[in-house]
Amino acid sequence: MPPRQSTKAKLASTSLQPGKGQAKGDKSSRKTKKDEDETMEYGDGGEDWMGRPLLKPPDQLELSETELKEEITRILTANNPHAPQNIVRFNFKERVYKHVSIVEQLAVHYSVDGHLLHVDSDEARRQLSKISSVGDTTSVVSGITEPREEEEIEETENKDEEGTEEPEATDIIESEAKEEDVEKGGKPKYERKIRNQFNFSERASQTFNNPVRANGCQTEPPPRANFAATASQWEIFDAYTEELEKLESKKEKPKAAAVKKEERLTKKKQTTIESQSDDISRVAKAAKIVERMVNQNAFDDIAQDFKYFEDPSDEFREQEGTLLPLWKFQYDKAKRLAVTAICWNPKYVDLFAVGYGSYDFMKQTRGMLLFHTLKNPSFPEFIYTTESSILCLDIHRVYPHLIAVGFYDGSVAVYNIHETTNTPSYMSTSRFGKHTDPVWQVKWQKDDLDNNLNFFSISSDGRIVCWALVKEELVHTDIIKLIIHGLCKDELENLQLKIVDCGTSFDFHIEDDKMFLVGTEDGKLHKCSKAYSSHYLDTFEAHHMAVDAVRWNPFHPQIFISCSSDWTVKIWDHNIKTPLFIFDLHSAVGDVAWAPYSSTVFAAVTSDGKVHMFDLNINKYEPVCVQVVVSRKKNKLTHVQFNPVYPIIVVGDDRGCVMCMKLSPNLRRQPKAKKGQEVKRGPDVEIAKLNKLLNLVRDPDIKPK
Amino acid sequence: MFRTRELGGGETSIGSEVEETLKRIQSHKGVIGTIVVNAEGIPIRTTLDNSTTVQYAGLLHQLSMKARSTVRDIDPQNDLTFLRIRSKKHEIMVAPDKEYLLIVIQNPSE
Repeated sequence: MPPRQSTKAKLASTSLQPGKGQAKGDKSSRKTKKDEDETMEYGDGGEDWMGRPLLKPPDQLELSETELKEEITRILTANNPHAPQNIVRFNFKERVYKHVSIVEQLAVHYSVDGHLLHVDSDEARRQLSKISSVGDTTSVVSGITEPREEEEIEETENKDEEGTEEPEATDIIESEAKEEDVEKGGKPKYERKIRNQFNFSERASQTFNNPVRANGCQTEPPPRANFAATASQWEIFDAYTEELEKLESKKEKPKAAAVKKEERLTKKKQTTIESQSDDISRVAKAAKIVERMVNQNAFDDIAQDFKYFEDPSDEFREQEGTLLPLWKFQYDKAKRLAVTAICWNPKYVDLFAVGYGSYDFMKQTRGMLLFHTLKNPSFPEFIYTTESSILCLDIHRVYPHLIAVGFYDGSVAVYNIHETTNTPSYMSTSRFGKHTDPVWQVKWQKDDLDNNLNFFSISSDGRIVCWALVKEELVHTDIIKLIIHGLCKDELENLQLKIVDCGTSFDFHIEDDKMFLVGTEDGKLHKCSKAYSSHYLDTFEAHHMAVDAVRWNPFHPQIFISCSSDWTVKIWDHNIKTPLFIFDLHSAVGDVAWAPYSSTVFAAVTSDGKVHMFDLNINKYEPVCVQVVVSRKKNKLTHVQFNPVYPIIVVGDDRGCVMCMKLSPNLRRQPKAKKGQEVKRGPDVEIAKLNKLLNLVRDPDIKPK
Repeated sequence: MFRTRELGGGETSIGSEVEETLKRIQSHKGVIGTIVVNAEGIPIRTTLDNSTTVQYAGLLHQLSMKARSTVRDIDPQNDLTFLRIRSKKHEIMVAPDKEYLLIVIQNPSE
């Protein structure tokens, strides 16, 4: 019961001040709350005591100063002062009365017997039955507590403090009893359940302890390997690029998975066969480079000449120049064949294609297509052999790996040097528009409306045909048929007989790609247009023999040049029927070519083995250079081409030899700059230069009119 | 890939083409010898005698490896394509391929 404890504690504190406690004891009401107030009062009293004058009791001893200062020590003992000290007991052992020194010192100040009853106990039942029978609660309660009160009163006589405590206890009992009563009165039939029936039981049991066990096993150690390397930046770079390639190949894999399986099988078979050869084939690229280097060393003097030599004697000659022979390109298998066509590669300026065949039509043999490079003059870069002799070829400007070729047997073909096969990628067949006579010239044209690559060919059968590369085959379209007009026309009209004109060469206009010139076997030049297939725009009675070549000037849009086996080279304005210039070279002219660097320079080769170089700006009547370039007198020169970049020309003879020559400074002289003026370059300047010359020629022609 | 499969025989023709190229190189004037060295620096094919070949192969392999790593350390995207050593007597040309090294020794003044 907590309230009781607290009161006890307070009692202890009050007992220390017996005087005060006694004084207030009467005043204090019979309630616990008053007790609390009492302690508070004591605290207040302490404070008050400081200010008030000392009140002395009347019977207090008067003490002197020294007596007051004297210290008196007292020891608190637990002996009961009221305990008797004179107890004597008879000792049976010694048969005498003896003083008992040890006396019980315990003093009971307060004791109270418990008056709480267990509900189930007999007395409680009895009381309950009493209560129910009487019905008056208050009287019963007082009746129960009455004898106790009497006891307590007795005790209080002995000990003063008990007085405060005693009524409180009864108070609580009263209130409790009342509570119980209220509940019982409200619900008389209801037996209140009491949780705690003083029936505790505590049990303990011990379980078995599981025995402790340790279990261990040893595994095999994982394999270890020591690896050490220094990773340089480029090794990391390589690893990453490899990873990238792997990722990319993985992306492609699902598409070609089925195909690859087959490949793998065949590959396995192949590797066993190839194992011997492939180690060498892997150095293919390196071998090619080394071959070029060895050649460079072997032909070091020529390479130096090509790059740096400028003929110093040109300074002392006014108008003449020379040709410096550089490399000779020969191939054993093409030794007996004539060079029939030369064409520089527009992309790789050191590379050129040469067509081989025979101009001796009684002895037709095989043909050959070779690619020579200046970097390796001793051996051709690509080799293709053909059954019929090649008469012409052209390299595509945009796709320099495509080469159109015309054959003696009338077929045309396209070779792709990207492919390793030895056969052409496209070949015209006799079923689809093949020429019936030798093809004299082929020329690539701009892509047509469907973006198909296409080229033109001219043949002795009088047809000019456009070939388009559609998918896997050549599709042909006849552009024009060369028919001799006005000859036996009236008589043969009914027979529908048409005498065809044999075309030998043609060239397309640089600016107007519809317009082109056709040279024929009987020496005529026809100006034609793709738009009109039935008639010519114009016809020039140019030569007495077959026109071997006809070429537009690369700068001036109106000027073109033609050469023929009748020993002449003629320069024309396509609006004027008569030639502007006529040059007699005293031998059949095989080919003529305009220089790419000047509008007034051209080169012609003749069958007596000479190269004729003209610069109209320097000399309008005589060549600036005539040079025999073949080794033997018998050899004829067949073709000539300027390199688009370097100041060199290549000429081919009829013994399968191609010679490269460097032009001396006089042959590529630019007009001298006047002091204080800039040297103008470009097509406009070139056109003006040629026009100036042409005006000189035209004027006397116009004047007679 | 596809092409090599189609041309089962073509592969050998490439091999023979290389053989011919090597033959041509050897036939050039001034060429003293050609050596093909594999990635480990072991000579596979040679036109020189044994001891010279081994010496050239071992030393030039090291040199070209060093040269290559020099080039690639400077720029990893770059690569060594050719090594040309001009000496008083010879010119040694080394063409490093992916796995092989082609060495040609030439006397250019001959």
